[in-house]
Formats: sequence, C-alpha cells, structure tokens
Amino acid sequence: MYDPTSRPGPTVLTVTGPAPGRTPGRGSGRATGGAPGRPRGLWSDAWHDLRRNPVFVVSALMIAFLVVISLWPGLITTHSPYDCDLADSQGGASPGHPFGFTTQGCDVYTRTVHGARASVAVGVCATVGTALLGAAVGGLAGFSGGWADAVLSRIGDVFFGIPVILGGLVLLSVVENGSLWSVVGLIVLLGWPQTARIARGAVITAKQNDYVLAARALGASGPRTLLRHIAPNAVAPVIVVATVSIGTCIALEATLSYIGVGLRPPTVSWGIDISEASDQVRNAPHMLLWPAGALSATVLAFIMLGDAVRDALDPRLRRGGRT
Amino acid sequence: MTDGREPVLQVRNLVKHFPLTQGILFKRQVGAVRAVDGISFDLYQGETLGIVGESGCGKSTVAKLLMMLERATAGEVFYKGQDITKLSGRALKAVRRNIQMVFQDPYTSLNPRMTVGDIIGETFEIHPEVAPKGDRRRKVQELLDVVGLNPEYINRYPHQFSGGQRQRIGIARGLALNPEIIICDEPVSALDVSVQAQVINLMEKLQDEFDLSYVFIAHDLSIVRHISDRVGVMYLGKMVEIGSDEEIYDHPTHPYTQALLSAVPVPDPEAREGRERIILSGDVPSPANPPSGCRFRTRCWKAQDKCATEVPLLAVPERFKDTDSPVAHESACHFAEESATTARPGAARASATRG
Repeated sequence: MYDPTSRPGPTVLTVTGPAPGRTPGRGSGRATGGAPGRPRGLWSDAWHDLRRNPVFVVSALMIAFLVVISLWPGLITTHSPYDCDLADSQGGASPGHPFGFTTQGCDVYTRTVHGARASVAVGVCATVGTALLGAAVGGLAGFSGGWADAVLSRIGDVFFGIPVILGGLVLLSVVENGSLWSVVGLIVLLGWPQTARIARGAVITAKQNDYVLAARALGASGPRTLLRHIAPNAVAPVIVVATVSIGTCIALEATLSYIGVGLRPPTVSWGIDISEASDQVRNAPHMLLWPAGALSATVLAFIMLGDAVRDALDPRLRRGGRT
Repeated sequence: MTDGREPVLQVRNLVKHFPLTQGILFKRQVGAVRAVDGISFDLYQGETLGIVGESGCGKSTVAKLLMMLERATAGEVFYKGQDITKLSGRALKAVRRNIQMVFQDPYTSLNPRMTVGDIIGETFEIHPEVAPKGDRRRKVQELLDVVGLNPEYINRYPHQFSGGQRQRIGIARGLALNPEIIICDEPVSALDVSVQAQVINLMEKLQDEFDLSYVFIAHDLSIVRHISDRVGVMYLGKMVEIGSDEEIYDHPTHPYTQALLSAVPVPDPEAREGRERIILSGDVPSPANPPSGCRFRTRCWKAQDKCATEVPLLAVPERFKDTDSPVAHESACHFAEESATTARPGAARASATRG
C-alpha cells in the first residue's frame, strides 16, 4: 500500500526564505496512525476511523448476518415458513423448534428468519429511494436558490406535514394490494422532504466555499460546479441520515403491517407476525417475543451504524478545525 | 513608470449595489447596499496596483466584479479595449483565460475532496485547448515546481499541506492558464507573518518571470507598500486617493489616508515620539445609507459645508496641478493637502484595520 511517490521529501523551494516549518504531509491535522504522509482522502480517513470503532464493527457484523439470512434463509432453517400444522398451535419450544409455534402452528424460528427478507428489502429500498429523491430535489433547490428553491421547499413542506401513519392508512388502503413496492413507495413519498432539507442545507453550505467561487472564476459550468465541487462536499450528511433511516424504515414497515395496511399474508414479515401475536400475548408470549426482538435488534444495529458513520464523517469532530 | 504604456485593464465608474428587499413572495426593493459606488482606475502591463481600505469598504466586491463573479450594476471594465462586464458564455470563458484570481483563505479555496493534481488539472479540463490531454499531468507538475512545491506532491490532498503551501497551490491554479492579470484578494492575510514573506516573494518572482499584472487587495499597509507600484485607497465604496506608493505613503493628501497611515505602529520607540496619531471619531457609516457629498465628512476634522453638498471627484487637486511634486496625485478631497504631522511609517508592518 505504501506509495513511494508521496514520500515526504525535502521541499523544493525556489524562493528565498526558510522552508515551511511544518512537515509536508501532516498538514494541520491530527496525528494519524500508519505511514506518515501517505495520501489519504477524507473517505479513506473515515474508513480508517470506522474500522477501529467497536460500535461500527458490532453493528456491521449484525447487519452482514441479517443481509445473508435475508438472501439465503435456507442456510439456517430447515422448514418452510408455510409448513404449518394446527396441531402445534401456540405450542412452546420443542426439539427442532426452539422458538415454539404460532397460532396457525407454524414454526416461529423459521418465520422470524424468513421475515428478515421483507424488512431488509423495505428498509434498503425505501432508504435508497428517499435518499436519491431527497438529495436530487434538495440539492437542486439549494443550488439554484431563488424561486426554484422556494417552490421545491414548499412542495417538500406539504409532504413533510403529512403524518406517516395517517398517510399510510389512507393511501395504502386505497392501493390495497399489500405489496412490498407499495409500502416502499409510500415511505419514499412521505419521507423524501427530510432528506431534501438536509441536502439543501448541505449544498448551501458547500456552495459558499471559496473553491466553488474559484471553479466559477476558471469558467466551470453549472453542472460541473455542482457535481465536482458541491455534491462531493455535501453528500456526507445525506449518507449519515440515510444510514440511520434504514432502521426507521424497517420499524415503519412493521408498524404499517401491524395496523394491517402494509405487507399482507402470505408475505412473511415481522410486522405481520407481531400483529398476529399481539392478541395472544397472555397465552403465548413467545410468539411476540422473537419477531419483536429481531425487529428491535435490527433497528438498533442500523441506528448504531448510522451513529458510527456520522462520527467518522463529521469534519468538525474529525479535525478540530477547518477542513 | 506607467508612461507610454497601454493599460491592460481599464475600470470606469464601476458600481455594484446589492438590493435590500422586503416581503416573502413579492419582493420589493427598499434600498441598496452601495458596496462599490463608482470606481475608476487603470492597470498597466507588469505593474502591481495595491488596493487598501478597512473591512467592508468594498475591496473584495471590486475583486469579484473584475473576475465577473458578480455582475456590475453599472460601469465598465475594459480588458484590452473590450468591455468584459457585458460578456457571457464562450466570450467570457475566453477572457477568463487572461484574468485569474488568488483567494484569501487557502483553507476554503481548495476543494478538500480533490487531489492537488485534480485541483490544478481541472483548469485544463475546463479549457482543454490550453494543454493536450496527455500533457496535463506534466504541466501540473511543472506548475507545482514553479510555485516552489515538490512536483511529487501531485497526488496529495489539501489537508496534507500547511497554509503557505496551500496558498502556493492556489497561485499555481491561478497561473495554470498563463493569464496576464491576477486579482489577489488578500492573498496573505490568512497566513503567518513568516509565511507571508515567502508567498509575497514568490508572487514578485512570478511577476518578473511571466510579466504579470497584479491587482493586490489587502488591509496590511506595509505589505501593500512592499509589493505595489501604485496604491489606491478605498473608503465606503469609493476610491479616495490613488498614486504611486511613494505619493500615497509619504505624501498623502486625503485626510482618510493620513489617518490610516498614522495608525501604523512604528517599531522604533524613539521615532514614535513626537509623532501624531490621528484618531477618527465615530464608525464607518452604513453603505446602505451613505452620507451626502463626501463620504468621509462624518468623521473628517476638515469637513465644512461644501463637503456635505458637493461630491469631491478623484482628480489631481487644482493648485498642485502644475507642480512636479509627489503631492500632485489624484485625491478625492476638496481640501487635499499634505499634512505636516503625517507620520512616515517607513517599512513598519501594520494592519490598518481588522474586521
């Protein structure tokens, strides 16, 4: 990895006067591990920090596990989530069925594992959609300013003002197909203004930097300024919010499924299972405990990941100064 | 020194008013901040014109107007006879090749997500006719060498450099297109004193090497004197006095210039005695509502009724017109006169004002 072309060598000074006091390559930044002077961008600096953050490592491992079982649930299950026998209805833990059975006599362990897929799919798709739409609208609003900004911001405010649960009850009961895409669509529709506000703020902050002015002074076009100078410096807060919001989206999917307008059976989802278990909580608490526990752990993992990413990307925490 | 030479840049009655608006949806203009209010000067080939003045007097707005980063409200800027304030698109881009800028803060003027090679090399992406594609990396390395940086640093990021080194990168970016004019907006005020000297020396060296013309904006009077051939003094959006560095520093005729120079600290305690400091009363008036007549009259000890009604023009005062003395330079004061008590700051280093 060591790059010989960037070895801190003697500064070639062609003007009179003493050489700059500070060692080239260290800048004014904090002392970093690894070879001094090795070129490292802010992204790789962030990655360098993340790898050493136990919160990140734990949450990343949890998420990796979750992603693997949602892609290949067969890896750790032997039964089918639809392989149910009413004779086992609400039965407790038994050999081969460690989490017990649902009212329908389905294996709770199998259903919990298979339920991860719906949650992860909704969480990731809704977040990607929200981030893309929000960043595009917010970035455009912040970059153009003026009346375009006013119009886009007001449109965002309209959607921002709709409570998600109310909007979900109304819109999803109209659609009434209970598909994954309708839930994703709803979350994106009602969730983008939050990302847009953050993206707009970040773009306005980045726009005021002298390097944007410098690019314009060189004759750079609007798209070039936006894509090469503003966007890379405004994307960090959007990424942080997106990471945290994966957890929120997963919880939201469960909530919508619980109140009966989100995903519907035969789809297997934690929200549906929690909904079914909730009226049997006294008879069979295990039916509620496992899917709810899985949901909480997943949401927690994504929020922890978001926190770690924010700490690594926030320049004010990073360098204690102007960067 | 400017005799017989053609000016490369002629600024005529340059005006920039920033509108003050009220209302949310239907904005109506309730006034204007007169940041720059009728400035004229010439810049000759190979010379350095210093512009001094306190914070908020419009120096940086002048820089942005010259760079076409702000559109002028009125007035013209002629580059070799062509009015650049009316240009746009391709024609403006062509003029930008000849007029470049060095920014004040080397910490915010370099994109932290780009390597030095990309920062300087972007110039060639925007103006591909300057350097063929395969040649660009070598050209960037040449530029780094010219500004006194190790060409091997091409893959580094700005945060890996010190302030002075960053400013050298900014200068290299300004030089990349091989311009004739470089507008320097307080290029050293964000740097340590020892580093200031290095950067100033570098800029002088580059001026000789490439026959550059500088417009050098600063609030540090002694640095301006060091680098400038001519100096213009600004107050509240107007140029109040302009002349060669000797004329301005040793024979100032405008009361504001005299007050400004008397504030320069003198390092020698003996020379300090017997020197009179002119302490101005009051604050700088708001540029949204400047005083009538002479803008300096509210703080001037010479002010009379004439000053409130008649705007003094920037011209060589009548009574000195035929003399050959250094007092005969342009000064916008009805009572322009060399003060007997004006201190001679010599090479003393000082800051006129800090915002």
